[in-house]
Formats: sequence, C-alpha cells, structure tokens
Amino acid sequence: MTMEPVKANTVKVRKGRYRSEAKKDMISGYLYIAPFFIIFAIIGLYPILFSIYLGFQKWNGLSPMTFVGLANFKVVLTDPLFWKSVYNTIVMGILGTAPQLVFGIAFAYLLNMAFLKFKNFFRVTIFMPYITSMVAVALIFSVLFSDHESSLANYVLSLAGLDPVNWGSSEWGTKIAISIMVFWRWVGYNTIIYLAGIQSIPNDLYEAATIDGANKFQQLRYITMPMLKPFIVLTVFTSTVGALQLFSEPTVFLGNSAFTRDEAMTIVMYLYRDAFKLQSFGTASATAIILLVLISAFAAVNTFLTAGTGRKKRRGHE
Amino acid sequence: MNQPVKRRKMSAGRILVYVFLSLAALFSVFPFYWMFVMATRPSSAYNSIPPTITPGSLLVDNFKKVLNQIDFFHALWNSFVICAIVTLVVLFVSSLAGFAFAKFQFRGKKILFTAILLTMIIPPQLGLIPQYFLISKAGLLDTLPGVMILFFLNPLGIFLMRQYISESVPDELVEAAKLDGCSNFRIYRNIVLPIILPAFATLGIIVFSAAWGEFLWQFTVLRDPENYTIQVALAQLSNTRNVDFGMIMSGVFWATLPLLVIFLLFNKLFISSITEGSVK
Repeated sequence: MTMEPVKANTVKVRKGRYRSEAKKDMISGYLYIAPFFIIFAIIGLYPILFSIYLGFQKWNGLSPMTFVGLANFKVVLTDPLFWKSVYNTIVMGILGTAPQLVFGIAFAYLLNMAFLKFKNFFRVTIFMPYITSMVAVALIFSVLFSDHESSLANYVLSLAGLDPVNWGSSEWGTKIAISIMVFWRWVGYNTIIYLAGIQSIPNDLYEAATIDGANKFQQLRYITMPMLKPFIVLTVFTSTVGALQLFSEPTVFLGNSAFTRDEAMTIVMYLYRDAFKLQSFGTASATAIILLVLISAFAAVNTFLTAGTGRKKRRGHE
Repeated sequence: MNQPVKRRKMSAGRILVYVFLSLAALFSVFPFYWMFVMATRPSSAYNSIPPTITPGSLLVDNFKKVLNQIDFFHALWNSFVICAIVTLVVLFVSSLAGFAFAKFQFRGKKILFTAILLTMIIPPQLGLIPQYFLISKAGLLDTLPGVMILFFLNPLGIFLMRQYISESVPDELVEAAKLDGCSNFRIYRNIVLPIILPAFATLGIIVFSAAWGEFLWQFTVLRDPENYTIQVALAQLSNTRNVDFGMIMSGVFWATLPLLVIFLLFNKLFISSITEGSVK
C-alpha cells in the first residue's frame, strides 16, 4: 500500500520524459524531411502549378502574358501535327515495349533454369545495353540504321532480297528503327526485374505441382505467370509512362531533322519544339497538361488491364 | 527451378535454350562490337558492300577528329562533377528524410509520405518550361549548377531509404542511444549512417547513372560548348555538315568504354540496384 504513491510518481515522471522526447522527435522529424520538401517546393511544385497557369496564357517568354482561356488547348488539339505526334508516340510505344514483355519473361524464365551454365554471362550480356546512355544508343543506331544503301540494316535486308529502307526519313522506317533501339536498351532491364520475380516464387509450389503431375508448361502457366503478376504490372506501368515520354532517342537518332520532320516526332518533341524553337510557351504548357492527362489515362488503363487479365483466367479455371 | 530426377546429358530442349540465349547475347553485344569496328575504320568503310565487320587501325586517328569537333575530356569532367555533387546531395537529403519517416512519429507523416510517392508519377516534362525560366531568373542558365539543381529532387531515394532504415536499423538501438543522451542527429550520423552504407551504394548507382544519361534537361539548359556535358557534346557529333560515321562512333566508343569497364567489374552491384530500386 505504501508503494502505490511512489509507483504513480515514477509513471508520471516517465510520461513527462516521454512527452518531451516525443516533442523532440516530432521537431527532428519535420526538420529532417524539410530539405526534401524545400527542394520539392521550388523545383517541383512551383513549376507544376506555374505550368498549369501558363497553359491558359499566351506568352513568348519576353512580353507580358495575356490570359487566353482555353485557346491554347484549342490550338494544340486542332493541330494535325499534335495528333501525328500522339500517333507516333503510341505506335513506337507499342512496337518498342510490348515485345519486351514477351522476350523479358522468356529470357528470365530460361535464365532461371537449374541446368543452365554460364548464367551470369548471359545475365550480364543481356543487361549490358541498359548501362549505355540514350544518346550513345541513339548514335549507334543512327549509324546501324542509316539511309545509305550500305548501312548494316539495309545490307541485312538485301540478303533477304528486300529493298533498302530510308530509316532516317520514311514513315515506318524511322518508327521501326527507333522501336528496335528502345527494345534493345530496355529488354535486359525488364528481364532482371522478371528474374527477381521468378526467384521470389517459393520452390515448394513447384514441388507440389510436380507431385500432382503438372508438366513444365502447366507450371509456367499456373504458377510462374500468376506469381509474376505484380512484377508484370509494375513493368507495364513504368513502360507505359516511359513510352509516352519518349524524347532523347528520336531527337538524337534524327539529328538535324529532329524538329523539322514529322515521321517520328513524339509528344514531348512537339512540346519542346513549341517552347524552345517557336517560343510559344502557352501552347507548350497546354501540351504538357494534355500529356499529363494522357499518361495518367494510359497508365491507369494498362495497369488495370494487366492486373485484371490473370484474375479472370484463374477464376475461369477454378 | 527444381529438376526432375531423370538426368539426360543434353536433350534437344536444352540445346535449344542455349541457342536462344546465345542469340539474345549476340543481339545485345553486337551493336557494341560494331561501334568499336566503326570507331577504328575510315568513314569510307561505311560504303563497302558487304559491310566491314573487322576492326581497322584508325582508333586513335578517329578520336583525334572527335577532339577537333568537341571538347571531349572537358565534357566528361563536367558530367562527372554534376553527377558526383548530385549523388552526394541526394544521398544526404534522402537518408535524412528516410530516417525521419522510418523512426520518428510526427503529425501528417502518412500524408507527407504519400505525397512524396505521388510526385514520382508526375512526368518531368510538366515542369520543364517553368523550371527553365526559374533557372534563367536565378542566373543559372547555361551553368553546371543550373543542371544539377533539378536532379536534387529525387523521391525514389526517400522511398528506398525509409524502407532500408526501417528494416535494418533496430528500434532498440535508436532507443538505447536516446537513453544515453544521444541527440537525434548524432544517432543519424553515428548509428544510422554506418548501417545504411550498402543502401548508399545501391542508391548512389541509381542516382549517378540517371544523372549521367539524362538528356532533355541538359540539352535545354546548356548552350555554350564550354559547359557541355558528355551527352550534349556527343549529340553535337551528328550535327556536322559532312557526317563522319567513324568519328561519331569513336566519340561514342570512348564515352561508353569507362562505363562498360565499371559495369563489368561491378555487375552484381549494378544489377541488384535495379531490382532493389524497382521491386520493393
């Protein structure tokens, strides 16, 4: 009984100490995240808000801005070149990224086979293109795929009895060359992610399936693929966002004709041209806002579709 | 993967797997090899049919032409300075914020962290124009700090650091240090930092190589050849009147070679930086 007041007292002291400690932690917490949020406010948030504001102004960068309402959006959305750039971006996006999904999974699956020797050699070589910069890749491919009849790409075509292609200036030539380039640089990256995904699948699932008499193909279809789903969703998301932001590859690949020809002009190139070649910052900002909407929409739809397909399939087989 | 008990020496299926992977490896390596071939050949070699696929003897001569065209080593140095400073700043800012998010309780923590994740989705092009004018107002247009400042913003870094710190720095350790009267910043410096060094290697590779290869912003900000980074300088090579393929490939070859060597030496670290950067 005599102990009680003492006990109550220590609790009080502890609580008080805890409280001041918690306050200190709270201050430290805010203090430590402050540098990031200061940087974010200046070069992240402010530019984004200003961009949205600019989308409704007419501005050449020098004279005062004038409010024009939705006129910039009207200009962009009625410009055939804008729609051409949207079309180009989507076509190159599909050609460049969709095959990565198929080949990436195939490479990862094979690289994980138990009997395979020289695993690290294959892994390193397939990943290697990713470490080169986009500018370097675009320059290498601009030489591999040049308009010359003697370029390596055209020589390979001639071996197959096909006519040479103007890779730097034709409607489909440019798109195919740039898509191959995107595929070449990124397929190893996706392979590594899928490989990590496959390796995270517990082995007993396969053991149980083997005991139940499932063959390799059935295991691939009913264990590997469903378990790999989160990784596929992730790569589909990043590929979609990345594909819609395509800029460096076509710009460097096309060199001098990057902003004067339209065969491979992407949305970001259209934006860049408006802003820094034509000094029309209002319409360029409107394009940036439209791009944000497009990216959000495509990313949402593609992610939703990939996340949905497997589920339906699995349910269908249950 | 688990293998069935039967062990045949070399089945047709296995040979097929090797053939397929070897073709993939060839497809990946060939452009590198061909870049090297072109870098050692005169431009005229480009017109020969069938194409030359063996190295020539002009490795040095072609590089001399590159040096006449662009200030190669200065551009390489500019890129290095930018990337080194950016990496240090991002590592510091991210680990400090990651520490706060992992170990401290403060009001609005969840909302603020979600806000950081959301910023990762915003396309960088959205802010490009105001960023350009911001930099130009600050007098940083066409300067290296002007390029750097944009790369300081790195939400992925905070995400990775928070993850790593909450997994590998035990709460008890932080509590014990507090009881000993350690200030929070000393806990960060003396306890957290030594533990998270491996994560610094991962994030460092991600940040450094992203800044090294970035093009749009560097291309927008830099005008004077004196300030060119290696990416902007390389892009100028194909803008000459008489396109010299041997010269272009020589520039690309010498700019890529150091990266290739570093990658081949530390390939495990590079590859794990990808999985840790995206899978978590």
